[in-house]
Amino acid sequence: MSDATHSSAPLPDSIASASLAKLGKFWDLNEHDHPEGHSTMLGFWIYLMSDCLIFAMLFAAFGVLGGNYAAGPGPRELFELPLVALNTSMLLFSSITYGFAMLAMQRGSVSQTQMWLLVTAVFGAAFLSIELYEFANLIHEGATPQRSAFLSAFFTLVGTHGLHVTFGLVWLFTLVVQVSRKGLIQANKRRLMCLSLFWHFLDVVWIGVFTFVYLMGMLR
Amino acid sequence: MTAVPLPATAPPQWSPLLGRISLEQLPFLHEPIVAATFAGVVLGGIALVGALTYFRLWGYLWKEWFTSVDHKKIGIMYMILGLVMFMRGFADAIMMRLQQAIAFNGSEGYLNAHHYDQVFTAHGVIMIFFAAMPFVTGLMNYVVPLQIGARDVSFPFLNNFSFWMTTGGAVLVMASLFLGEFGQTGWLAFPPLSGRAYSPGVGVDYYIWSLQVAGVGTTLSGINLIATIIKMRAPGMTLMRMPVFTWTALCTNVLIVASFPVLTAVLVLLSLDRYVGTNFFTNDFGGSPMMYVNMIWIWGHPEVYILILPIFGVFSEVTSTFSGKRLFGYTSMVYATVVITILSYLVWLHHFFTMGSGASVNSFFGITTMIISIPTGAKLFNWLFTMYRGRIRFDLPMMWTVAFMLTFTIGGMTGVLLAVPPADFVLHNSLFLIAHFHNVIIGGVVFGVFAAINYWWPKAFGFKLNQFWGKVSFWCWVPGFWIAFTPLYIMGLMGVTRRTRVFDDPSLQPFFVVALLGAVLIAAGIGAMVLQYGVSIWKREELKDESGDPWHGRTLEWATSSPPPAYNFAFTPIVHDLDAWEDMKRAGVGRPLDGYRPIHMPSNTGAGVILAGISTVLGFGLIWHIWWLAGISFVGLIASAIIHTFNYKRDYHIPAEDVAAVEAQRTAQLERLGQTQGAAA
Amino acid sequence: MSAKNYNDLAHAHAHGDANPHAIGHHGEEAHGSLRDYVIGFVLSVVLTAIPFWLVMSGAIADKTTTALVIAAFAVVQIIVHMVYFLHMNGKAEGGWNMLALIFTGVVVLIVISGSMWVMYHMNANMMPMHAEQMD
Repeated sequence: MSDATHSSAPLPDSIASASLAKLGKFWDLNEHDHPEGHSTMLGFWIYLMSDCLIFAMLFAAFGVLGGNYAAGPGPRELFELPLVALNTSMLLFSSITYGFAMLAMQRGSVSQTQMWLLVTAVFGAAFLSIELYEFANLIHEGATPQRSAFLSAFFTLVGTHGLHVTFGLVWLFTLVVQVSRKGLIQANKRRLMCLSLFWHFLDVVWIGVFTFVYLMGMLR
Repeated sequence: MTAVPLPATAPPQWSPLLGRISLEQLPFLHEPIVAATFAGVVLGGIALVGALTYFRLWGYLWKEWFTSVDHKKIGIMYMILGLVMFMRGFADAIMMRLQQAIAFNGSEGYLNAHHYDQVFTAHGVIMIFFAAMPFVTGLMNYVVPLQIGARDVSFPFLNNFSFWMTTGGAVLVMASLFLGEFGQTGWLAFPPLSGRAYSPGVGVDYYIWSLQVAGVGTTLSGINLIATIIKMRAPGMTLMRMPVFTWTALCTNVLIVASFPVLTAVLVLLSLDRYVGTNFFTNDFGGSPMMYVNMIWIWGHPEVYILILPIFGVFSEVTSTFSGKRLFGYTSMVYATVVITILSYLVWLHHFFTMGSGASVNSFFGITTMIISIPTGAKLFNWLFTMYRGRIRFDLPMMWTVAFMLTFTIGGMTGVLLAVPPADFVLHNSLFLIAHFHNVIIGGVVFGVFAAINYWWPKAFGFKLNQFWGKVSFWCWVPGFWIAFTPLYIMGLMGVTRRTRVFDDPSLQPFFVVALLGAVLIAAGIGAMVLQYGVSIWKREELKDESGDPWHGRTLEWATSSPPPAYNFAFTPIVHDLDAWEDMKRAGVGRPLDGYRPIHMPSNTGAGVILAGISTVLGFGLIWHIWWLAGISFVGLIASAIIHTFNYKRDYHIPAEDVAAVEAQRTAQLERLGQTQGAAA
Repeated sequence: MSAKNYNDLAHAHAHGDANPHAIGHHGEEAHGSLRDYVIGFVLSVVLTAIPFWLVMSGAIADKTTTALVIAAFAVVQIIVHMVYFLHMNGKAEGGWNMLALIFTGVVVLIVISGSMWVMYHMNANMMPMHAEQMD
């Protein structure tokens, strides 16, 4: 096993240009660096897909346990659709304002990017406040997460979404600072695009939440 | 049975400063076995720390290994973690074998119920999450970038962080041995037993948080390797020119990314039940323990394929290399792998046929399970046809491969047997099941990891492994496996259940004694394996391989030196064919000898160690209900992560002169061997 | 002798066939235009308002029909978001984004519908009563 001469015979000392061509055929002699962050968008998208699976399990848990009220209150007694509609509109507004931030980023305007990001944050914060208000009301009425499997599943699904929004806000503020420090450099643009995916992804999840939890809950 | 004190049945005391920690929670104070282990670990640990300090190795380890973002070093660290935890898991295994061999005729054995239940739980958890997973992740980390002609993975920092998260999880499991207890629930911690009503102690919390911490690492490393395989392949390497191992790695990582979040979610729900008092899996207030079983197996079944698919890749590489032939049926191998990837999401219910679904559900999942054996069978035929008329060299990797084919096939057939719901009703939770899954996991994953270690060791370290001790290990392991598990098949068919501590029927004892002998033989195999590594390192000059291609390999990892330079390839290879290196050798092309350029590389960073360290402390605080510690480490974790994002300078260039110097050494090395040198560019 | 020509030759090769290096450079990611965002927003508002109105007014008497209709609206709205906000198309990242999304969609569908099928079956077999009766 020790013979290592299994490849072809040594080349003649004067290397013919033919062998140089061969070399160029098998080795990239003129390569350039992988641009930094060339995989980031794909990687982040794959992360979002994995996050999707977390939500899928929470939806599954709600789907299976959502009817188990344990003689406690059900959706009809608890949900207030006008509040949910208001909340949904906050998230929708935040989506389009994030879109405006992305457009400002493409134009290269630091101040407008930051402005739209902060507007997005306001809508995001409003969404969270309304959600917390709803949760506080429910708990005050005795509809706590411990009351029934339905409520456990409800609070966990909606709360996990809210937690994601919270992390999105923390991230957003970090980016506002980073953009003001470094400007709209490539790395920051990439981060803004990742957060854009994240933010819109949370919107998509919310469509599932208001449809399958709130609206269908009222139909039960 | 006599009453055995169960330290964990009463909820532990709680204090604001130390949470649930108290003197009673130190098992080595009242359990002699744990005390002896503890003494051994403490002495060994002191010796290790002393030696590292004496030889002034801390700085070296920190700079060259712990903070390294080099996929090769991270891969090696994963393998070391896997080996260490494999020893721990095996210690649990042999303890169980001994207990079951002697607990007859009124004897209680030597393990009380509390201890025994922890041992079988820890054995399963450690072997799957902290031995098998690091092994396959380590192999993929080491080999995939080399095989695709890349210089590192897509996200090198994330790779380092993932490794330390996995290690953090392992640290928590090991801590449970000496501080508190581990779960007594079995390796999947089914509620309501794992709920707070029936497991009020810290055991299940150790279980939850070690898996959550390690699970983050696993998911991130899955994302990382998918992005790497998609984005970093050498020019010309189309999907259907990817080495089979890389294909299986891609599918495995897809499975990781699409199934570990499921585990995360399930464990979150279980922890909410335990910490907040929700009612997902309780018996009251509408909770459904069966939902937990359903959900965790949605992760659990893909997990099986996460372990075995890359190993199928290993066997494909080994078979083709050692038969001196292109792999038979490459395309069918790829399609079989993809089909298994998708089908693995359609079979999870076969783990709980007996739970009470109706005939339609059970038939559906029984049939999908039988279907999934078809692509697996196709793979076996591919390996056999690759060997057919090949010039087979029976080096150690090939020996393990043949042992795998024989062993795994039988394991697969008992699996198809269990896929038949009526048969499963008889065999569910019996030792037959235990024998079956050890048959596929040992015969598949473990043999495959040994094949892979013997195969790629020369690449990683520049010298081959000692053949003699490798063969001793092989001949202890393979018969040892059969002697240990055949009795379990037989007893399973007779209806003996798993996880039993004490037996009434004396006629079973001979079977358990034989099984113990098998386990002892396996222990000898492990000993020989350790000796093999030791002897090989000792005699590394004799075993040296300078060619970088000791087995006449076919894929790109053999195109560079052993060990490869930090940047893997001075010039990126261009691929024209499957088996790209074989193609290059046939074309008689060497390496470019000048014209080097600076190489762009990621910088080392301690951020991964720090973040994972804080996560581990967070887990510890949560396990012990030390809320201040958990709170501080949570805030610290977020803050450190944000601070890390303010570091924009994460890469550097290796100057062209340095590359030239390294490559000149390589040229000299190859000249000594009289090998083709290529041309100046 | 200049290796330049050969480099070019290598280059042509390197970037000739399906080459992962060639994709994913900056600036090639899908960007939305103002028009996209506005269309997406208007569609979302409409697609959100109608299901809310359907449920709040009880316009359709049959609950099952209402549920199916609002589920359909949700699916359409998710697609709208994917297209106009997340800029999904079959070309970004060489189609891998779309492939990942489809695979995830299939798995999500399997785990949700599978869990519900399995668990309702189990409830039907083990607890011969309706969910509302449980306490």
